[in-house]
Amino acid sequence: MTATKAPTEPPGQRTVRRPGDRLFAASAKGSGIFILLVLAGVAAFLISRALPALVAPAEDIPGGAGLAGYIAPLVVGTLLAAVLALLVATPLAVAIALYVAYYAPRRVAAALGYVIDLLAAIPSVVYGFWGLTVLAPALLPFHEWAAEYLGWIPLFAGPASNTGRTMFTVGLVLAVMILPIISAISREVFIQAPALHREAALALGATRWEMIKMAVIPYGKSGVIAGAMLGLGRALGETMAVAIVLSGGAAATLNLISNSSPSTIASNIALRFPEATGLDVNTLIASGLVLFLITLAVNMLARWIVNRRADFSGAN
Amino acid sequence: MSLETQSPVRAAEEPSGPIRHRRKLPRLAPLALYAAGVAVGALLSALTGFSLALTVFYGAVLGTLAVYAGSRAVEGRRKATDRLVTALVTTAFAVAMVPLVSLVYTVLDKGLARFDGQFFTNSMFRVVGEGGGAYHAILGTLIITALAAAISVPIGLLTSIYLVEYGSGRLKKSITFFVDVMTGIPSIVAGLFAFALFTLIFGNGIRLGVMGAVALSVLMIPVVVRSCEEVLKLVPNELREASYALGVPKWRTVVKVVLPTAIAGLGTGVTLAVARVVGETAPLLVTVGLITGTNLNPFDGRMATLPVFAYYQLTQPGVDAQAFLDRAWTAALLLIIIVMALNIVARLISRFFAPKTGH
Repeated sequence: MTATKAPTEPPGQRTVRRPGDRLFAASAKGSGIFILLVLAGVAAFLISRALPALVAPAEDIPGGAGLAGYIAPLVVGTLLAAVLALLVATPLAVAIALYVAYYAPRRVAAALGYVIDLLAAIPSVVYGFWGLTVLAPALLPFHEWAAEYLGWIPLFAGPASNTGRTMFTVGLVLAVMILPIISAISREVFIQAPALHREAALALGATRWEMIKMAVIPYGKSGVIAGAMLGLGRALGETMAVAIVLSGGAAATLNLISNSSPSTIASNIALRFPEATGLDVNTLIASGLVLFLITLAVNMLARWIVNRRADFSGAN
Repeated sequence: MSLETQSPVRAAEEPSGPIRHRRKLPRLAPLALYAAGVAVGALLSALTGFSLALTVFYGAVLGTLAVYAGSRAVEGRRKATDRLVTALVTTAFAVAMVPLVSLVYTVLDKGLARFDGQFFTNSMFRVVGEGGGAYHAILGTLIITALAAAISVPIGLLTSIYLVEYGSGRLKKSITFFVDVMTGIPSIVAGLFAFALFTLIFGNGIRLGVMGAVALSVLMIPVVVRSCEEVLKLVPNELREASYALGVPKWRTVVKVVLPTAIAGLGTGVTLAVARVVGETAPLLVTVGLITGTNLNPFDGRMATLPVFAYYQLTQPGVDAQAFLDRAWTAALLLIIIVMALNIVARLISRFFAPKTGH
């Protein structure tokens, strides 16, 4: 952000540009363009491989209900898991960020921040292991309780799963996964809240919470939103944790605690791709294309929010 | 749960001077109220069969309410709200730490069972039950990750040089934007891309180590670009101008002045980017597959990698299930150790290679 703006041209534009200069500039520019080509290539190759599934007759697609019929439940599952994760993780992540930034004792705070950064780097397959072995059994009593007392809410309609490997558990695993990501970004913006504003609030007799409410939250709000969107993007595309934990059906249901929840796009690919042949491969790639578009939309939205913030931030 | 942290009121933030509400709770009052809350909570949970979790839960809720009520009666509404929020934030932090601690504990607990020499020296070739190891998978992960780094670092570094030193106008803007977009590509989609690319050329059914490296590069390049760009931007302009003033061509300025100045940050960024992809499972699952023997040639057939190895050991155990589970957890532990080690290396790089600031 503190861009020391590089001079676009060295002083003395008249000087002859040496071949080394030209070569270097060209290779730098070339790799920039190469990245654009890669991204275009990702879209192009996915489309080209998805095409057979797009034009195939409906009954050839696995499930026999056409491509839309195949992908729709997966989209429901993907969104359901990601939104659930986001709803659980965001408030907790904001609390963690606030705690680390403004409540924890000074000496501990730096270490805590570092630990959270480390947790953000733990491979997702490990979170999957943990979800399957620890969280799913631990949540079994809740599943039974929810089916009995909250059954009138469609989300908890039951019948309760007897393994705990449900959409609800998946949502919580994803929440734990994206928690460090959201809180790392939130912490960054919370720390950057102008010290003058904070001290002014305290000097006027504000309590710590009032200081945070008046000086920190308004400043960090869009950063938190952007962090949450990045977390959402991560949760949407998360593959292994879902593939390991969820044992679902194929129905497009919002029921969180039964065994019939649809899988997510990414985990469906991971589970079926290694054994897939023929049109199955194209169908799976088509579903990957849909996932790509969904995450693209989410990320663009997040970037837009971040950039909007950069315009009016008081950082500089 | 460390509820004590919130009790002492920091002296520095206490209003002093001639204001009306000078009354405040005694220093130890919140602590006492929480202790009372926990005690009552223990009694309450004993009614339905004692459990530690319920005791802590009741204790936290009752203690918070008691502190809020007490503070509200003595100190007034604003101070009480402050205490309430402090309690909520601390509790939320503690709640959030529970799964993370549990995760680390579980992996350590289960992973240490097979954390032995055999795990590092044996492959799974002709192993059906106990024994065996991840020798082949560890080497596979190292080779594929190194290959991915070899692809991503030059491209990423050159692109960041372009963005900082040369770029201008629409091209720079669109590269910045699409690099950002690329950061959000789901890993499985990157795997599908590599699959689509190579199968288009070599036909269906091809599985190569290099396919995995290409997929990982797609994930790694944007990370490298972003972190290197941030670092290069921090190099002071005076250095560049001094170099130009001495008649040094621009490319030599970049190579001899800008990059050495930024080397610590660049090293850190690249190391963190490696850490980001080394545990990726999904793209390798669809591109590289898994074998039980050792294949060190990324251009010839399937390879084993640590994350995929762990995944299959867990989800498709053979006859002796426990042996497979043990290997899976040890592989998971090893993955975490690798990621942590890379993070620590990144820190050390940024500490020891930091430019000597002498101005």
